[in-house]
Amino acid sequence: MTIAAKFEIEYLQYLDAEGKQVRDDLPEFAKDLEHMVKLYKLMLSTRVFDAKSIALQRTGKLGTYASCLGHEAAHVGIGSAMRPEDVYAPSYREYGAQLYRGVQPREVYMYWGGDERGNDYQQEPARHDFAWSVPIATQCLHAAGTALAFKIRGEKRVAVCTIGDGGSSKGDFYGAINIAGAQNLPLVAVIVNNQWAISVPRKIQSGAPTLAQKGIAAGLFSIQVDGNDIIAVRKAMEDALERARNGEGGSVLELVTYRLGDHTTADDARRYRGEQEVKDGWEKEPMKRLRHWLVAKGVWDDAKEEAWKAECDDWMDNEVNAYLETKTQPVSAMFDYIFAEIPADLAKQRDYVLSLENKGH
Amino acid sequence: MAQITLIEAVTQALAYEMAHDDSVVVLGEDVGVNGGVFRATQGLQEKFGELRVLDTPLDETTIAGVTVGLAVAGMKPVAEAQFEGFIYPMMEQIACHAARMRNRTRGRLTVPAVWRAPWGGGIRAPEHHSEANEHLFTNIPGLRVVMPSSPARAYGLLLAAIRDPDPVMFFEPKRIYRQYKEEVPDDGEALPLDVCFVLRDGTDVTLVSWGAQVKEALEAADALAAEGISAEVIDVATLTPLDFDTIAESVQKTGRCVIVHEAPKTAGFGAEIAARLAEECMYDLLAPVERVTGFDTHIPLFRLEMKYLPNVERVVDAAKRTLAAS
Repeated sequence: MTIAAKFEIEYLQYLDAEGKQVRDDLPEFAKDLEHMVKLYKLMLSTRVFDAKSIALQRTGKLGTYASCLGHEAAHVGIGSAMRPEDVYAPSYREYGAQLYRGVQPREVYMYWGGDERGNDYQQEPARHDFAWSVPIATQCLHAAGTALAFKIRGEKRVAVCTIGDGGSSKGDFYGAINIAGAQNLPLVAVIVNNQWAISVPRKIQSGAPTLAQKGIAAGLFSIQVDGNDIIAVRKAMEDALERARNGEGGSVLELVTYRLGDHTTADDARRYRGEQEVKDGWEKEPMKRLRHWLVAKGVWDDAKEEAWKAECDDWMDNEVNAYLETKTQPVSAMFDYIFAEIPADLAKQRDYVLSLENKGH
Repeated sequence: MAQITLIEAVTQALAYEMAHDDSVVVLGEDVGVNGGVFRATQGLQEKFGELRVLDTPLDETTIAGVTVGLAVAGMKPVAEAQFEGFIYPMMEQIACHAARMRNRTRGRLTVPAVWRAPWGGGIRAPEHHSEANEHLFTNIPGLRVVMPSSPARAYGLLLAAIRDPDPVMFFEPKRIYRQYKEEVPDDGEALPLDVCFVLRDGTDVTLVSWGAQVKEALEAADALAAEGISAEVIDVATLTPLDFDTIAESVQKTGRCVIVHEAPKTAGFGAEIAARLAEECMYDLLAPVERVTGFDTHIPLFRLEMKYLPNVERVVDAAKRTLAAS
C-alpha cells in the first residue's frame, strides 16, 4: 500500500481537572507565577462580569445576553497571547479575550442593552478589532481578509478569529482556513468547542473525531487543546501566533471546553441536556484547576480570592452604573452612520423623524 | 486618443486607480493570469503583481468575506463576482457586514469596497449567466448600487466607486461590454455617485432607464422623434442612493414617464420610481406611469431571451400610450 499523506492531531494539556501538572515542560510564561496570578484574576473578573450581566438581564436592564460561563480559560488564553497590533474577530461570547484587549464591560452592556455605541470600542487595541459577529462564522473571513491585508503590506501581524463547534460547520469557516492555507496567510482560527450549538450537540455537527482536523484539509497546522487549561490554551496560541507572524502559516486550534450556562438568556438548556452532563462539566471547569495549582504554588489563597472578587464587584458596579447612566442616542443616530455623508434622500427621512420627535410623537 | 469599449473602460479605471493608490487590490476567480472571463482585469496582474491582483479559491462566500476583511483593515478591495447569477452566496457578507459595518460600530470600522459583477442577459450565455438582480441590492441600507451604460460612465463611475468610503455594488451590463467605442480620456476624473444623467432633452415624455436598456431607451427616443414626439432620456446610473429630483424635474416638464428595466417587473427598481412619482408628482402626470420590463419569469435560456428583454418597439408603444392618454 502506498500512503499519499498521513496526519495526526496532538492533544495539548498541562493541568488536569484537579490542577495537577500532567507534564513537566512548562512554557516560559507559566514559570512566571505573578503572570499566572494575573491571568487567574482576569478569568475571575470575567466570571464576575458574566454573573453581573445575567443579573442585569434577569432584572430587565439588559436585552438577550450570551453567557461565557466556563469559557474563561479559552478566552483569556486567546486574549493574553495576542499582541496589541494583532486583530481579533470574535463571535458574541468571547468577553474574556475582549476585556483583555481593552473592551470595557460598559460597552458589552451597551450593545446587549440595545445601543450600537457598545461596538464603538474606545480603548486600544480593541479599537482596531472587529466587533462581535452575530451571523455564525462570517467573522472568519473578515480575519482572513485582514490577514491578507497584512501579507500584502508586509506587516508582521496576525488576525485571530474565534467560532464555536457549530460555527465550524459553516462554509465561511472552511473558506477562511482554505484561503489561509492557499495564500499562507497569518490567520489563527480558534474553534471554541463548548459541545453545544444552542440545543444541537457536537456529534451532530460533524462525524470527524476532532474538529481540529478540519484544518488539516486546509493545509494548516492543527491541534486540539484542553480549553479549560489556560496554560495549554496560551501555549498553543503563542506557538500559532509566532508561526503566523514569521510567515510560517496559519493554524486551526480546537479548544475543548463546556458551555456551563444556557446558550443565551433566551434559552433554557434543561430542555435538551441532562443534569449529570452539566455536573461533569463543572468538575472540569477552568477556574478550579488553576486555583488549586496556584494555591499549591503558594501564590494564591482564600483571602486573596475574596479581596479580588470584591474589587471585581466594585469594578463591575462602576461599569453597570456608567451603562445605566448612558442616555439613549438621539433618534437621528439611526441615520447618521449609514453612509459617510448622509445622502439627500435619506436626510429627508431623518428630517421627517425629527419633526415627529418635535411634535412629541 | 484611443477609442475604447465599456469593458476596456473598466480595465482602464482599475489600472489608473491601482497605479495611483497602493491600497487598491483586485480579487476574484480568474482575475489573474486570465484577466477575468470577460478580460476586465486584462494585464493587471502583470503590472501590479499576484498579491494585488489575486486569484482566489473558487468560493464566492470567500471572495465576499475576504473583501470585507481587507476593507476594514485599510485596503480598497475591488472584488469580482464572475456573473451576477453567482452573487447569491456573497449576499450575507454584503448585507450583514459590508453594508452595516459603519452603522453597527458607529463609524469606527468601515468597508470602502467595490463588488463588480457582469450583469444582465442578451449574450446567449448559459443558465445563471444572464440575471438582472439589482433590485435585491437596492433595498439594502448602507449600500450603493451603480450601473454604467457607456464606456465614459463606466470609467468615471468605477473610479468614484473605488474612492467612495462605503461599499458599492458595480453592475456592468455585459450585453454592451463591447457594443461600441468612445473616447475616454485616462485622466482619473471620477463622476458623481449621486446624480442621474440626462442623456437627451425632450418635452413630451420621460424615458427612465439604466444599464443595457439605456440603449433601447435612446433608440426609442430616435424612433419617437421621427414621429414628432420629443422624448427625454434619463440614465439612473446610480440607483441608490437615488437622485429622484432629476427624474421629478423631468416629469414635471413632460407629464409622462416610461420606466425601462431588464429585471422582473414586480418589485423591480422601477416600482420604486413609479411609487415616488405617485407620491411626489401625481398632479404633474398627464398619463399613468408605464413600465417596460422583464417579466415575472426566470430569464429564458437563450433561444427565447430576446423575447424577455425590453426592446425598442415595446418602449415606443409604451411612450405612445402615455401620449394617447392625454
